[in-house]
Amino acid sequence: MSLAERHKKLERNVTLLGVGVLVTVAIGGLVEIAPLFWIDNTIEEVEGMRPYSPLEQAGRDIYIREGCYVCHSQMIRPFRDEVERYGHYSLAAESMYDHPFQWGSKRTGPDLARVGGRYSDEWHVQHLTNPQAVVPESVMPQYGFLANTDLAIGDPEATLKALTRVGVPYSDDDIAKATQDILAQANPNLDPGDLAERYPKAQIRDFDGNPDRLTEMDALIAYLQMLGTLVDVNSAAAQEDLAKEKGR
Amino acid sequence: MHAEAALGRSLAGFGLIVLALVVAAFAKDAGFAAHAVIVGIVGLAIAISGATSFDPVGAARKALRMPELSSRYDDDPIRWGVIATMFWGIAGLAAGLFIALQLAFPVLNLEPYFNFGRLRPLHTSAVIFAFGGNALIATSFYVVQRTCRARLALPGVARFVFWGYQLFIVLAATGYLLGVTQSREYAEPEWYVDLWLTIVWVAYAAVFVGTILKRNEPHIYVANWFYLAFIITIAMLHIVNNLAVPVSLLGAKSYSAFAGVQDALTQWWYGHNAVGFFLTAGFLAMMYYFVPKQAERPVYSYRLSIIHFWSLIFLYIWAGPHHLHYTALPDWAQTLGMVFSIMLWMPSWGGMINGLMSLNGAWDKIRTDPIIRMMVMALAFYGMSTFEGPMLSIKAVNSLSHYTDWTIGHVHSGALGWNGLITFACVYYLVPRLWKRERMYSLRLINTHFWLATIGIVFYAASMWVAGVMQGLMWREYGPDGFLVWSFADTVDAMFPMYVARAVGGLLYMSGAVVMTYNVWMTLAGKLRDEKPMSDAAYDPEADRPITTTPSTVPAE
Repeated sequence: MSLAERHKKLERNVTLLGVGVLVTVAIGGLVEIAPLFWIDNTIEEVEGMRPYSPLEQAGRDIYIREGCYVCHSQMIRPFRDEVERYGHYSLAAESMYDHPFQWGSKRTGPDLARVGGRYSDEWHVQHLTNPQAVVPESVMPQYGFLANTDLAIGDPEATLKALTRVGVPYSDDDIAKATQDILAQANPNLDPGDLAERYPKAQIRDFDGNPDRLTEMDALIAYLQMLGTLVDVNSAAAQEDLAKEKGR
Repeated sequence: MHAEAALGRSLAGFGLIVLALVVAAFAKDAGFAAHAVIVGIVGLAIAISGATSFDPVGAARKALRMPELSSRYDDDPIRWGVIATMFWGIAGLAAGLFIALQLAFPVLNLEPYFNFGRLRPLHTSAVIFAFGGNALIATSFYVVQRTCRARLALPGVARFVFWGYQLFIVLAATGYLLGVTQSREYAEPEWYVDLWLTIVWVAYAAVFVGTILKRNEPHIYVANWFYLAFIITIAMLHIVNNLAVPVSLLGAKSYSAFAGVQDALTQWWYGHNAVGFFLTAGFLAMMYYFVPKQAERPVYSYRLSIIHFWSLIFLYIWAGPHHLHYTALPDWAQTLGMVFSIMLWMPSWGGMINGLMSLNGAWDKIRTDPIIRMMVMALAFYGMSTFEGPMLSIKAVNSLSHYTDWTIGHVHSGALGWNGLITFACVYYLVPRLWKRERMYSLRLINTHFWLATIGIVFYAASMWVAGVMQGLMWREYGPDGFLVWSFADTVDAMFPMYVARAVGGLLYMSGAVVMTYNVWMTLAGKLRDEKPMSDAAYDPEADRPITTTPSTVPAE
């Protein structure tokens, strides 16, 4: 029977045709995506990675809400020019707690994977309020409203619980202290308790220049200032060394 | 309307209002509350239309001069679909033009609701899902009935599909402006809107497959294979990519089930196949029906259609990783994605060849028939962008093009050239047939539309090519001193003339769509423009053929 003859069976039976289509389109994803969940060198463990503090996570939610990822990537490729421009190339582990990932697909503006600590808080406030005042060539929209909008704290416990359900390892202690953490990280007058121990390298200060209010600007800058600062990238083992380890 | 049915409607509407008000009152965030209010307004409209003579749908039907139901086929949802396609098309193009101008003139950003970051998903969703999606649903309902010689199965469900899909669009679009987004490109709507779309999509599949099941043709026509693959695969992609845990059942926010590397590849597996199945398989289905009908020629090759169908749907799924070249995605996955992307060139061109060669013996129509001309240009752009795509997926090329506007140019040569033009051609084919008119109001205006659109695309694609290559080269340029030559701000500054040229291209393309809207409106009004004639495919409503037992390369009717 020729191909065309055999194909007539499928053409006469919508169930067969539908099942054939589903099997055909399922294969690629199964072979390509599923192994990423169990091949263990997909994400090499590195020192220093930790979940976002509640304030950083709130800032991240604002980053997503405003669509920052539309113009800014968070993924430095291993090229000389990118490494010189933005810093060490991004490691898989650095986005292991990112639900969802923010690698981006377009650089209308520069990469932000390691923007943390590169500029002062004051610079960020001025830049977000009026980008063209700081960088005349910029085409970035203005985000001054963030400084005038109180951060809707809502229910940070619920946020951390939802993140725990998708695999972020927050401790019960982290969840219980979420509200306290979010307030204390941006307000030097409050006692941060053991915030810095539970979230190493967490930056605790007023970010938007207005210590009386906890604004969306505080949260967003707290997030931007920690981007790329957690991991000592130079301590990561090279792939050649890892290849010699057992079980790979 | 019967009294009981009217009462039922009122009660259902009232129930919806109560539910929406309760949800709005207890909502955790403003976005979720706003969406509850929108659902409440829908409930209000339903309740009032049941209780009084208020009938917005009927009034719109009158204004749009929709013929009463009397034809052999259930064309009412298709007429609505054509109107929705045109409406969302203009809306999506306008949004695109506006954000293009924002990039050239940032003062046009109006914080917070009309900033670029919130409007860009509005533009992409409006053109892909609202314009493209309505075109796909409408044409699939038209094609499946004709090629199966059967009326739509489940007519009530078909109407639910249409209106339910519009509600999805409204919820998605308003959500972006309010900041409700998952940040997954082309899958931005939050969890509850995704659930709603899943319900609508299952209903859509039921109507489509149901109609095939009651067909009076032994064979399922090739266009329907493509529609079926599109419906099934989009369901699979949509469900897997949107797996997420909501923070609260009364709030908009959710967090993706996956993180980092896995999340990135899941998203681009989805993202690339939204292109592959929504914008390619579905639109190839349109090609397989409307090109042979308009050319009045059979499909060029039955065998080629089998081969390119199966190879296209098999290969497309693998291509996602080419969006993640040189990222932290494992190298094996990147290479696999690149290899399959390059192989994808072949079935893509198989489809283009099958479409173009269907004009065998009717090539003269490119000169005389503006609808054929539009279809041929669409196929030419399909061929160009499916060559450019595999080329950009080569890692060495991608290292230059990724993150630049070259990608944007590539997408638009496919979207404006292929999806846009083939959809416009289908609308021009459908409107006279659906509204029982002799022909479009003006064939000359179709020609005007063709040229406005084509020149617009040339402006768009050329400026973005130059912009992308320039950007990529400036980012990596080193001076003799061994330092990077350009700051990032320098590269932004250099983009200005390209951004303006792109906006001009967008304006031309959109003016073409406005000309089409006028042309369609006049056709609905029953007018014929007095003009020097151009040719068009003959339309004979009585035409019918006996049932055949061998597979046919000609659509049944």
